[in-house]
Amino acid sequence: MMNLPKTVIEIKDLKKSYGANHVLNGFDMHLVEGENLVIMGKSGSGKSVMIKCLIGLEKPDSGVIMVMEKDISTLEREELDELRTEVGFLFQGSALYDSMTVRENLEFPLRRHTKKFGIIKDTTPLVMEALENVGLTHTLNLMPEELSGGMKRRIALARTLILQPKIILYDEPTTGLDPITAKEIILLMKSIQKKYNTSSIIITHDVDCARAISNKMILLVDGVNYAEGTFEELNTSKDPKIQAFFK
Amino acid sequence: MKTILKIIELFKSFLLDIGELSLFAGRFFKEVFKSPSEYREFIRQCFYMGNRSLLLVTVTGFIIGLVFTLQSRPTLQEFGAVSWMPSMVSISIIREIGPIITALICAGRIGSGIGAELGSMRVTEQIDAMEVSGTNPFKYLVVTRILATTFMLPILVFFGDVIALYGSYLVENIKGNVSFLLYFNKVFEALEFGDLIPATIKTLFFGFAIGLVGCFKGYNCKKGTAGVGLAANSAVVFTSMLLFIIDFIAVFVTNIFYHL
Repeated sequence: MMNLPKTVIEIKDLKKSYGANHVLNGFDMHLVEGENLVIMGKSGSGKSVMIKCLIGLEKPDSGVIMVMEKDISTLEREELDELRTEVGFLFQGSALYDSMTVRENLEFPLRRHTKKFGIIKDTTPLVMEALENVGLTHTLNLMPEELSGGMKRRIALARTLILQPKIILYDEPTTGLDPITAKEIILLMKSIQKKYNTSSIIITHDVDCARAISNKMILLVDGVNYAEGTFEELNTSKDPKIQAFFK
Repeated sequence: MKTILKIIELFKSFLLDIGELSLFAGRFFKEVFKSPSEYREFIRQCFYMGNRSLLLVTVTGFIIGLVFTLQSRPTLQEFGAVSWMPSMVSISIIREIGPIITALICAGRIGSGIGAELGSMRVTEQIDAMEVSGTNPFKYLVVTRILATTFMLPILVFFGDVIALYGSYLVENIKGNVSFLLYFNKVFEALEFGDLIPATIKTLFFGFAIGLVGCFKGYNCKKGTAGVGLAANSAVVFTSMLLFIIDFIAVFVTNIFYHL
């Protein structure tokens, strides 16, 4: 019998409104182990809201969100924090703690999860490993303001990796970067996925990024999944609404 | 009619702010006893706040002592009561002027700083990043800062009081040839624990208010750079108002105890 890959994230009928503005109108998706799911959509189509609901930063109005077989709406704060160590999140603006050095940025989550990692006396090997993964070991003692946009994005990725998550959520990972740096970030994402066998959800407008990294794609239009399929299937679709994304 | 409606709206939003601030304070008391203690960040904040305000408190305290004595001297001289100067200055400074002026300075310096810092962390998603990494940002950012202001303000006030008294002594020394020993003997003769203890308790509340409002405004900052500016600004305005209300209540309560 064939072993079916395990579902790590499942969202059913997700709805979220801000006053009269209905952002998500019954969004569904599921992500299986080792999969890279790209979600594309126009600005304001609800991509970021969806990903924030998924990690518990926003509370949905209705719907079910299962992350690693746990319904996040029923979790206590401590349980949710524990689950969050399994789900990394790369912010669009990197969100590095600007009062801390690169080293402190990476140590910060590590020191607070003694349940998962135990009490770590020397964090250096873990910090260095994470920095090696993104090729920036020389930035260890630099402050975020001393880094370029691309370097900040990589350090943020290293900070995400240091908790050894099973799932990584990328919120527009290449936005605001020049094409060369964007390409480097895409390659980095691919190599991380290969090395740690992570599952990923990538929110992006970048067709090159989607082409390079996706196993599956969802087009989000007006808060619902308008189309689903592989990059090739959607790229060759005759539907004008789908084509608009790929032109 | 429009003005009345505007005033009603302002009053409504003030009451809403008070309500939300109370909930925020409730969350602080809930989180303060939870682990981890985040003591490193608490110590860092204490150092940072003390260090940041020390020069300002020193200069202001010195000038207040100086000016207060210079202004009062002619009047006391008219009544032949210059010898009462150390007593009058020390009681005024310890009971009222020292705590309120230092608290107002710290509201401007520390309160606005906290509002702007947390506000910019909110806008740049740093608080969200802490949250998704499974860290409690409220505990790390808010609890430590409120504890630090509560702990540091009495120390800063005490320091400011001493400097103000020294300023006053300098005037007395220059104008009246009063020695250091004589001046401070008179000061300690005039002061009682009844002056020191209520004033110190009051400064704990002042410190708590500065930290609480600064954190509240910054933590709930609206998106955008304008939101950060507004958070810093409203933290100062709101704290200053709150300081006078606390001061009034403190004087009222102290007077009740004096009459018992």
